[in-house]
Amino acid sequence: MVAEQSSKKPFSVTLRVWRQAGPTVPGKFVDYPATNISPDMSFLEMLDVVNDELTKKGEEPIAFAHDCREGICGTCSCTINGKPHGPGKGVATCQTYMRSYREGDLILVEPFRARAFPVIKDLVTDRQAFDKIQQAGGFISVRTGAAPDANSIPVPKEDADLAMDAASCIGCGACVAACKNASAMLFVAAKVSQLGLLPQGQPERDKRVLAMVQTMDDAGFGNCTNQYECSAVCPKLISHDFIARLNRDYMGALFKARFRPTSNAAAGGA
Amino acid sequence: MAKLESKVPSGPLADKWQKHKTEIKLVNPANKRKYEVIVVGAGLAGSSAAATLAELGYKVKNFVFHDSPRRAHSIAAQGGINAAKNYQNDGDSVHRLFYDTLKGGDYRAREANVHRLAEVSVNIIDQCAAQGVPFAREYGGLLANRSFGGAQVSRTFYARGQTGQQLLLGAYSALSRMIGQGAVEMHNNSEMLDLVVVDGHAKGIVVRDLNTGVISRHSADAVVLATGGYGNVFNLSTYARQSNATAIWRAYKRGACLANPCYTQIHPTCIPVSGDYQSKLTLMSESLRNDGRIWVPKKKEDAKKDPASIPEADRDYYLERIYPSFGNLAPRDVSSRAAMRMCDEGRGVGETGLGVYLDFADVIKRLGEPVVRERYGNLFDIYHEITAENAYKTPMRIFPAVHYTMGGLWVDYNLMSNIPGLFVLGEANFSDHGANRLGASALMQGLADGYFVIPYTLGDYLAGQKPGSRPKTDAAEFKQAEENVSSMTQRMLANKGKEPVSHFHKRLGKIMWDHCGMARTKAGLEAALQKIPALREEFHANVKVPGSADTLNQSLEQAGRVADYMELGELLCRDALTREESCGGHFREEYQHPDGECKRDDENFGHVAAWEYQGEGKTPLRNTEPLNYEFTKMSVRSYK
Repeated sequence: MVAEQSSKKPFSVTLRVWRQAGPTVPGKFVDYPATNISPDMSFLEMLDVVNDELTKKGEEPIAFAHDCREGICGTCSCTINGKPHGPGKGVATCQTYMRSYREGDLILVEPFRARAFPVIKDLVTDRQAFDKIQQAGGFISVRTGAAPDANSIPVPKEDADLAMDAASCIGCGACVAACKNASAMLFVAAKVSQLGLLPQGQPERDKRVLAMVQTMDDAGFGNCTNQYECSAVCPKLISHDFIARLNRDYMGALFKARFRPTSNAAAGGA
Repeated sequence: MAKLESKVPSGPLADKWQKHKTEIKLVNPANKRKYEVIVVGAGLAGSSAAATLAELGYKVKNFVFHDSPRRAHSIAAQGGINAAKNYQNDGDSVHRLFYDTLKGGDYRAREANVHRLAEVSVNIIDQCAAQGVPFAREYGGLLANRSFGGAQVSRTFYARGQTGQQLLLGAYSALSRMIGQGAVEMHNNSEMLDLVVVDGHAKGIVVRDLNTGVISRHSADAVVLATGGYGNVFNLSTYARQSNATAIWRAYKRGACLANPCYTQIHPTCIPVSGDYQSKLTLMSESLRNDGRIWVPKKKEDAKKDPASIPEADRDYYLERIYPSFGNLAPRDVSSRAAMRMCDEGRGVGETGLGVYLDFADVIKRLGEPVVRERYGNLFDIYHEITAENAYKTPMRIFPAVHYTMGGLWVDYNLMSNIPGLFVLGEANFSDHGANRLGASALMQGLADGYFVIPYTLGDYLAGQKPGSRPKTDAAEFKQAEENVSSMTQRMLANKGKEPVSHFHKRLGKIMWDHCGMARTKAGLEAALQKIPALREEFHANVKVPGSADTLNQSLEQAGRVADYMELGELLCRDALTREESCGGHFREEYQHPDGECKRDDENFGHVAAWEYQGEGKTPLRNTEPLNYEFTKMSVRSYK
């Protein structure tokens, strides 16, 4: 975390914001003054104030994605001064506070940039590629009502805790925006690891990792070259160690897929 | 006059749901694919319903205004989910969970619904564990529990301070699986703007694509709304900024009754307001009250002092003092009002005097900082981000904030509204929490409705509808609904006003909080009923909505939602004014016991008030459904 302002005195900054009217038109940076900013304001509240001023002047406000404003929904998605989610460690844009900035600062605000996340308008991007990856295998196939008693399958606490670390992913896409290859490996690794660490996730473990990685590649995300920018900007501090786990699962599954005998059931069975 | 038949099955309380399940009609498996079901919303209730109905074989279309179903605000629930598993061997049972929930709701919920909720609670935990929800576990590998307000057993399952996130991602994974199989047609960035009723039955919706502005019509054999609560009518709340009441409000204007809108939950432990620009309030999970102790200074003159300088003898741990048997775990409404009383006495802390301390010094001394960090670390981090204060060293400052709405669209035991074919699940309906919801019960209800109730009760309705009989989208009713939506949009954009939408939302929120917040009076509510229509007029005359209709336009989205709040706020105040008693989240100052507790009037108000729209500018009709307590006695709720 950068040094914080100690005083509560209002101050002013200049925003240099990416404006793009739609997916197919070129965008550009435009400067806007943000005046009378309280250090206790969140970054998004500062944008609210700027937008209200724009509206009063009859101009179109800056479109930006946001919802819960408490760092859990994964909707907010700005890159601020080149860093996805801004200067703080382990926080989303909505949890970035203006006390991180000083009078006179120039703040560059742009959308998450990646081929797989096309811009919809201004700072809003389309991240549905993440949903597609989930749909390919980010689940355990259990029909409602078919589950055994929850305590019938014990899970070692260490595994459950590690699975929870991975599961805390909010699907924001900062990992992709930070990566020079626009790789979604941390995102995919988190889900693959969560389910792979639990006994309930074993039956589909190989199938899952192969399907999710294939879909990730098809969506236009790049590969991992071990720079770890992803985990550095992750608002939930998800560790890049999970990428190693993903690679291990992937290699194992590929190998087994090649040598696994096929059962008659595939041909219809009895 | 709407017909409000609760359709509660006969027979002993504990047998009703089982008996009902065996008696209701079924749709044969080959016919299921001939039915289309629209589910609006993808929070816990919506995504669990969409996934489960698709598993059964129905053709499901799921609409959500978010860019992904995983963003729904269920994701923000922190503390946990209740279930009567009795894994702790501490005397829990379905009956106890039923009783605690009913009592917690101040005897204003339907007995049979609450019992069903307690029954299926155990299946929810099984389902979620099987989906890979990483619940907290003990060293032996079995599930861990914690305690929550309003209960004397430990029955809350949790996943750190992110239980809602994990349960939602579980439901989202089930939904994703069905989308991947082509069994659910997912419509992201799609906001429902009207309900289509054909021959008295709900048969479709009109939707605006938020990215392109395209308005489309969708027909179905039944419509399921799971669109959450209306707490943002107060502007400042713990809701997500985009959470809104538009779907339920537009359904109300098409004839669905809205029940008990005045039952609003004010959560006692939120981070206090810091300025006018504030866009939301952040909750500090109730689970913190397991270990944190709430206090204010005994003397007014100490309120502005550094808390560390106030000696133990000069602190008033008021919840422990007033409610010795529940202490810091008194229910939410009780705790919130107690905090307000302390602040009214001038003993509130912080810059604004609107705050009380939540102090962890004792537990840190007893168990050490690492244990506290493991239990609540993420919450302490959130607190630090927002306030720049370290709660391991100095007590948190907390204050009540709007958090949940127990009221919602009226539904019968089958979760069907008074419009046949319109089903309402989760926070959007009114059914299970009475006048106050206990902690860790919202997640339970959302998933109970979606996973275990609607899959049965929807079939009962559809079995009576001929397959293939749903209307085409070129029917007159669809055309009229689309025109209604387009004209609203055009009106907003053509307005020659000067002020942004937020200006009006803030003013409405202030009226609501001042006159219809934690303590309500006849005079205050009457004043609100004067002020809101005037503000509404001003809003329509002077709101400025820049941009156009054919692109992403967030001002336009917000304008439509605030226009609905301007009407809903008035109904909320009207309901609060008419309910001349205090119960749970509805506190009328005129009706209280000498110690400041709620004074209910079971004889005159032991009923559900379900409001029916009568047309623009007309006073809505107040229908009632009597609450018949067959198995429990409506008693005075005491936590002392």
